[in-house]
Amino acid sequence: MSSARISMPSQARRGEVIEVRTIVSHQMETGFRRTERGTAIARDIIQLFVCTYNGVEVFRAELHPAIAANPYIAFSTVATESGTLEFRWSGDNGFALTETATLQVA
Amino acid sequence: MMNRRRFLVLTAATLAAPRLGAAADEMQAAIRKLTGGAPLNPGRVTLELPPLSENGHVVPMRVAVASPMTQADHVRAIHVFTEKNPQPNVAGFRLGPRAGRAVVQTRVRLADTQSVIAIAEMSDGSFWSASAHVVVTLAACLEELPGS
Repeated sequence: MSSARISMPSQARRGEVIEVRTIVSHQMETGFRRTERGTAIARDIIQLFVCTYNGVEVFRAELHPAIAANPYIAFSTVATESGTLEFRWSGDNGFALTETATLQVA
Repeated sequence: MMNRRRFLVLTAATLAAPRLGAAADEMQAAIRKLTGGAPLNPGRVTLELPPLSENGHVVPMRVAVASPMTQADHVRAIHVFTEKNPQPNVAGFRLGPRAGRAVVQTRVRLADTQSVIAIAEMSDGSFWSASAHVVVTLAACLEELPGS
């Protein structure tokens, strides 16, 4: 089973820039490897990561096989209002995972 | 006369050389596709990668772009390419004024000692870039799965 972890502050001042760090467990099989017998191993990667803040997209990352296994992505966002940040990872073989975090803005 | 050394040299030349050359061309093609031929200005972008990486499977990378990140003047996207991986694209990050700061971090795979280039696409349509050279001692992508 895949799981994700989010690391970000739970509270911030309005207008403050916060750092959001995310990590998701996924092998990110490149599609360029072969078995000892020479059979190609099919690609199985996360292709897209999207972060929305109260429903508005604030960040997105398109990933390729050159992203290491268990993709770590850190970015920043402005704490505009209290609410929910939603994180979505999607990729090959119907991979989809969603995680949320709440932020209190004073 | 085909001795072992000559065989190895020939094999390396036929297998490796065209492949690596093609990859560098592919990177240039991928960059042209992104910029549409617009000039790549040096500067404004800071690409942090370790100069020496013992493990090409997990190489920490940080890209920062000097930008006020306002509605009028911000970074629209950051794109990262490599020269010698089997595929030139590494990642594309879309951001905007709500990012506050144009800084992204991730971990990449590098198949060989090579240069990595980060390109920032600004809200005014200009492109800025920085590159870094990484010496990789254990390359990613080359191993096989035992027993399968």
